[in-house]
Parts: sequence; structure tokens; C-alpha cells
Amino acid sequence: MTRFLAWRLGRALITTFLVLVIAFVTLRYSGEPFDRMFPQGLTVEHQQALEREWGLDRPFLEQFAAYLGGVLQGDFGRSLFTGERVWLMYAERMPATLAVGSLALVLAIAVGIPLGAVSALYRGSVAERAAMGFAFLGYAVPHFVIGIGLILWLGYYARLLPGTGLDTPTHYVLPVITLAIPMVAGIARYMRAAMLDAIGQDYVTTAASKGIGPGRIARVHILRNALTPLVSVLGLEIAGLVNGSIFVEAVFSLPGVGRILIGAVEDRDFAVLQFGVIAYAGLVVVINLVVDLLYVAVDPRIRLEH
Amino acid sequence: MGDVAAPTARRVRLNADTLTLAGAGLALIILLGVSAPWIAPYDPNAVNMLARIAPPVWLDGGSWAHPFGTDQIGRDLLSRCLWGIRASFGIATLGLIFSACLGIGLGLLSGLGGRWVDRAVMTVTDVFITLPNLLLMLCGIALLGTDRWVLVVMIGFVRWEGYARIVRGEVLKLRETGYVEASRALGGGSAWVALRHIVPNLASPMVVMLTLSFPGVLLMEAGLSFLGVGVQPPTASLGRMIGDGRDYLVTGWWLSVMPALVIVAITLLFQIIGDALRDRIDVRSHG
Repeated sequence: MTRFLAWRLGRALITTFLVLVIAFVTLRYSGEPFDRMFPQGLTVEHQQALEREWGLDRPFLEQFAAYLGGVLQGDFGRSLFTGERVWLMYAERMPATLAVGSLALVLAIAVGIPLGAVSALYRGSVAERAAMGFAFLGYAVPHFVIGIGLILWLGYYARLLPGTGLDTPTHYVLPVITLAIPMVAGIARYMRAAMLDAIGQDYVTTAASKGIGPGRIARVHILRNALTPLVSVLGLEIAGLVNGSIFVEAVFSLPGVGRILIGAVEDRDFAVLQFGVIAYAGLVVVINLVVDLLYVAVDPRIRLEH
Repeated sequence: MGDVAAPTARRVRLNADTLTLAGAGLALIILLGVSAPWIAPYDPNAVNMLARIAPPVWLDGGSWAHPFGTDQIGRDLLSRCLWGIRASFGIATLGLIFSACLGIGLGLLSGLGGRWVDRAVMTVTDVFITLPNLLLMLCGIALLGTDRWVLVVMIGFVRWEGYARIVRGEVLKLRETGYVEASRALGGGSAWVALRHIVPNLASPMVVMLTLSFPGVLLMEAGLSFLGVGVQPPTASLGRMIGDGRDYLVTGWWLSVMPALVIVAITLLFQIIGDALRDRIDVRSHG
């Protein structure tokens, strides 16, 4: 088990390091920052002075070391445009993204697991067909189409809910639903397949032959075994949430992190963009480690094998 | 995370009719897109300020002159949708080919190259799985611009790891089969075995995988264009049309809805075909 965890931890560190290398190289070789900061042009002396001040005249490895040192101390540089501290820009926008994202995750788990479980336990029923039809649609239709559909239907046509911004609690309803729908579909499809897999196992037959009631078999033998691998699916879904939230924030004009990222691409502001990449990759690395730890906790087979 | 074998997906069995029907529908859409230059009733970028935000034909005030209606500067939505299909399919197809070549090559290398090559390739694959596709694409676009070739290359660059893993898994399985062993015993070299015995056997899982991943690639382009950083105006793009129409939802919902329906139709048809194909050619390999 220690070896398994050490290997996973080592891989996480390698990944983080490579991400930092990629972020640094993109940042450094994306063109001269001063061209963008001073579009009117600079004198040669002025440019050299700035290069010295920013350390751009030093060798590559030295610059990278300085960059790493900064990152480790939480210094991610300043925006090439506004001169604002990059992490402050993100910190300001983080609450909106986190609120919508976590609500969507909770909703997706709360709806997706029962939906998948019911459609596996009642195979061939109307409920299964309806659930899987919904999952099929949710899986194929992108966030931005779902969002526009919901704004039109519940926002403009039925006038039930506001379609843009995050001013009141009701403003959260449509973005959260939009972000959750593809996740519900993913979880439901997965749960159904995992439950069907578990139903076919010998231990279910054994349990049934021992006279255990169908409710108990479903809960203890089928559901529990299907939930274990769901841990890793949830890890992937959380990573996917970040992608989705960029679209949802664009559709509903939310004051979240996604807007910073798109703005940074349009302005070619690499200092801002690289933080997004590092933060996201860091999030995924942490999720993967948590998933691995959870696995060791819930699945004794891994503990014994390694 | 890939060490966990996903349970076999068993879905509603779709009969041959569904597959044929979906295939025909998709072929029709592709045909319409490809022949856009000849069948589109208007120039997709022709501005007509007198016919702004004209509704589609089945609404009050709509006419057959513009069956899908017109946008905020009077461009014909049907023509723009047709050209948009063309642009989206072009970019998605080329991107998919690029990513598949990259992934298959690295997967073969990983499966046949020995323990250390395998480890190295798989580590790179893991890193790429960790990296956010969308953010990686955004970086590439910020770095290289929004030329359509940049989109193609970036799609290939961010989507290869799935193929690499599947191919590696298949290769590891195929390596143990009798005919590969026999070929080795008869003196077949690595390259011979790879090309003659392994690659042909990858065809069916690859067909399924390509079909299943096509909508994802298409949506990637559409999504970037929706965000305003993909295909640039004035080129018609389905995603961009949805994004631009977002500001006119109150006065002209069809500006967004018509291209959205086209996208949904395409992805649903692909999904149906992919599911049906997967049922026939069961791919269980998870590397």
C-alpha cells in the first residue's frame, strides 16, 4: 500500500513539475511582454533597463528557478495589462465559480446516483427508458446549448427565473441546473452500467439463494459494490466541472473565473492565463490523490494487493 | 485513475433500422454542409439591413425567402448554418485525424517498445490527462492565434491520449495471442509484427472510438467559437452564431436556436451511431 501511494504521489509531483515547465515556457516565449505593455514602442535603453529589472536578460534556467521560487511563495506575477496581482484577480472571482460549481456537484450526485440505480434495478420499465433517454440527451447536448434553452424557456417564455447575473439566490438556479445536467447524465449512465455489472456477479446469486430479500441485496451487495468505482468517475466529473463552468459563466454572464480566462486569451495576457492552467492542473492532481486515498480506504483489495 | 476497469457498458440495443436511419440523417447533414457553396441560397456574409432579425418561415412575418430567418445584420441563417456545418466538420475531421495518428503512434510505441518506453509514454499520457483540454487549447490559441489550422493542431494535441491508452491496451492483449507468437517464432521482426498483425486488429476498436469522439471534437470547436476564441468572423461557425445570438434572445431567439438545433442534431446522430457500433464491436479495452 505504501508503495502504491508513493508511486501515485511521485507521479503527482512529476505532473505538477511538468505543468509548471509548460506554463513557464508558454509565458516566456509568448512574445515580448513589453510590446504589449507599451504598444507605442520603447527606446532601446528603456527596454534593456526593463529587461534587467524583470530578470529577462538572465539565462533560461536561472529565470526558471526564480519563477519556481516565486510560485512556491505564492507569487504568480502580475497581469501584463492591468498590473494587478494575478492571484488577487482570481481570488476576487473565485466565490462565484466555487458556489455554482459545488451546488451543481451536489445536485448531480443527488440526482444522478438514484437515477442510475433505479434504471438498473427496474430494467425495461418506463422509468428506465425515461431516465436513460434523459441521460442520453444530457450527454450529447453541450452546456451552452442547454443554458440558452433554459434561459429561453424558464427565463423569457415562462418568466419564472432570472437568466443573467448572480444577484439573488434565484439567480443561481439556472446556472447550477445547466452545469449539473451533463454531470447527472454521466453519473446516471455510469451508475446504471456499474449496477448491472454487480447484479450479474456470483455473490448476488449466492445472497439471493441464501434467502436475503431483494431490498437488502440491492442496498448491501449491488449498490455498495457499484459505488466504489464511482469515486474515480466523480474525480473526472469534478475536473470536467471547470470546463463546464467556463461555458456556463459565459452563457449566464456570471462574475466567475471563466471570464478572466477568456479575457486573458483575447488580450494574450499570458501571466493571467498561466495561473489558470497551474491552478486547474493543481486541482486535478489533488483530486486524483484524494481519489487514490479514498480507494485505499474503501477497497480492501488495493490495501492487500500492494 | 485508469487502473479501474470501467464496467462493461450495456445499453438499450438499437436495431439495424436505427443505425441505418441515423447514418442516413448524418450523411445528409454532411452532404448539405459539404455542398454549401453550391446549395446555400445566399452568400453567408451578405448583409441586408432591410431584413434584420426576420423570423423563420413558420412564424408570423416569416417567408420562404429566408427559411431559417435572418440575423442581426440581415444575413441568411440557413446559408450561414450550411456554411457553419462545413467549417465545423472540416476542422473536426482534420483535428480528429491528427489526434488519432498521434495517439495510435504513441500507443503502438508504448505497447511494443519495452518497459521503459512504455513507462515514459504512459507518464506523458497521464500528464496530458491531468492538463485541462480547454485551458490547453486556450493557451495554444493565445499563443498562435485563431487560424483554423491552429484549431486543428490544438485539437489533435489535446485529444490523443484516449487513443494512446486504448491502442496500448489492445496491443498488450494482442501480443499474447497465438498468431503473434507464431509470427515471432517464424522470425518476424517487431516492425513486421506491428504492421502485419497488430495494426489491422486495431481497426474495429478505432472505428468505434473515432465515431464516439467525433461529437466531442466538434463540440470543442463549437464551444471555442461560442466563447469567441475559435473560428473568427466573418466566417460562419455554428458555435459563434449561438454565442452572437445570445444577445438577441429576446428579440430573435432563432438566431441562437437554429444553429443550436443543427449542433444538437449532429451530436445526437453521432451518439446514436457510436452507441450502436459499440454494441456490435464491443470495445472493453481500458489500458
